Amino acid sequence: MSTWLRNNQLIALAGGAAGLVSAAVALIFFYAPVDRDGLNQKIFYFHVPIAFTAYVCFGWGAWKALRHLWKRSPGADLESYVAIHQGVIFGALTLATGSLWAKVRWGHWWVWSERQLVLFLVLFLFYSAYFMLRFSIEEGPQRANICAVYAIFGVVLIPISILAIRLAENFIHPIAFNKHGPQMATSQFATFCVALAAMLVLAGALYRLELAGKRLDAQLRELREALA
Amino acid sequence: MKRYFQDVLVLARKDLLLELRARDTVPAMLLFVIAAFVTFHFALPSQSSDLAAKGLLWVALVFTALLGLTRAFVAERNERLLDGLLLAPCDRSAIWLAKGVAVVAFLAIAEVVALPAFSIFFSGVDGATIAGAVLADVGIAAVGTLLAAMASVSRARELLLPLLFLPVAIPVVVGGVGASVVDNPGRYLGFLALYDGVFAILSWASFEYVVTE
Amino acid sequence: MITARGLSKRYGSKRVLQALDLTVPRGGFLLVTGPNGSGKTTLLRICAGLATPTGGELEIDADRAAIGFLGHEPLVYRELTALENLDLYGRLYHVPERRERIGMLLERFGLWAVRNDRAGSFSRGMLQRLALCRALLHGPELLVLDEPYNALDTEGAALLDRELASLRPERTFLVATHDPARLAPLASDRLAFA
Repeated sequence: MSTWLRNNQLIALAGGAAGLVSAAVALIFFYAPVDRDGLNQKIFYFHVPIAFTAYVCFGWGAWKALRHLWKRSPGADLESYVAIHQGVIFGALTLATGSLWAKVRWGHWWVWSERQLVLFLVLFLFYSAYFMLRFSIEEGPQRANICAVYAIFGVVLIPISILAIRLAENFIHPIAFNKHGPQMATSQFATFCVALAAMLVLAGALYRLELAGKRLDAQLRELREALA
Repeated sequence: MKRYFQDVLVLARKDLLLELRARDTVPAMLLFVIAAFVTFHFALPSQSSDLAAKGLLWVALVFTALLGLTRAFVAERNERLLDGLLLAPCDRSAIWLAKGVAVVAFLAIAEVVALPAFSIFFSGVDGATIAGAVLADVGIAAVGTLLAAMASVSRARELLLPLLFLPVAIPVVVGGVGASVVDNPGRYLGFLALYDGVFAILSWASFEYVVTE
Repeated sequence: MITARGLSKRYGSKRVLQALDLTVPRGGFLLVTGPNGSGKTTLLRICAGLATPTGGELEIDADRAAIGFLGHEPLVYRELTALENLDLYGRLYHVPERRERIGMLLERFGLWAVRNDRAGSFSRGMLQRLALCRALLHGPELLVLDEPYNALDTEGAALLDRELASLRPERTFLVATHDPARLAPLASDRLAFA
């Protein structure tokens, strides 16, 4: 069984993701108790795990970038790129679910007082520029280096932006909204954990999938050149 | 160590001398910042506070810096002059530091005109704002020089630099506006200093990777 | 002095160099010939340290301070005078007795009269001469020259002939050219690109 798992990591991950996501959805909608916030709570089960997953993706992308610059690991550049790609996808989903949550909770499609959302908006802009950067430079060692440096700047920007957003609140908005998130009972916490695991495994599966696809592309290209 | 700073001095002197001869970047920055202020006057409805204007001051400074940064590596790329510097035995980061020093100088000149102009057009500028501007210049120059080098490698050039620069400049705007507006600017100035330190070290260390082909 | 094994370089999807083996011994003179776009310039840029190979191994027994490079661009600042340009590079290379050496080179290449004129006012031939001064300024052990006779008039070409002849015994050369006949007497080895 374990050899099969090792050889078919992608299929295992995809299967795991499908299973966990189904389980999470089932739990969210049928098991987790509805508290007074109702729909707002359900969105929370999606929004926070997705946000967390996006952070993990950006962090992984920066780690691979560091490996590329420091150890000259072959393939690290591609892995960094794919991780950041996943991060931007999950980041966009974070903004979407976050916006939905704001609409349900406060009646507005966007609230500047939600620190997490504002942070994500800034990061989304930053990492979107990563793609503009990457695709306007010719492939080669310089592009890999530049993208790696940019990815590392991104993770450094995260804590700095958190601090900045916190500081900005003093002169932008008086803190009017109730800041604490939903309190969690055990059944809620269990649901949350399953949802979190589901998102992480889903991201992992998508990461592997895209990586496999890109590597296949590269191999194909090399074969074509060798034949030409 | 001494050689390193000698190299930085030689390169910075070169950048300043080139600007003195060409006289294109700094005058453009000066004109731009004044034009921005005039535009802001028409953009601020009558009920707007002094504070709104202070916020716009920082927007103007960031965009003026962007204008200057866009020119930072133009000659080096168009005529491959960067090759000449890369061939030399000096440390790559010295190129970054020298360029950064020149950018700070250009920003300082722009602010010497912009800040008095702002106090004439809108409202007074206090010591905290000036201190904020000095700290912001360092941070903008540090990060901006590195990002400008990246942008100069790409096909998109001037189109790309604002996209790379603005998200990273947001904390600078927060620090600067905070320092100008709040009663107790110490925290904001401290934050700007932190930003400067972190990004200067990061840019200094990674410049070499950005310029090697 | 230069040893390359299986050297390759690609720009995007374009393979410019493929599995190239190369040896240039100390004191040697390798003449590189071939049509435009065949990879001569890329090879020279890699050997000068301006580009990193995407495959293979490269050993150069000289650090940056000992390499002199002349490429397709003269690498001089248009807004600075000839003297200021050479002074800049002289300082960057920490050339001893900088002023004397600059004066000597300017004279050798017939640029002494225009030393205080901005490089932007120079003709292509004069820029090439200034570029040669720049490449030779720090007395490099390894000279990597990409089509050094480009844009030179007869006088300039004669000055370069004289300079190369005088430097030949002590230095190592890697020279790309469209006119191999001119440099053939100096060359110890040849490499032809297809």
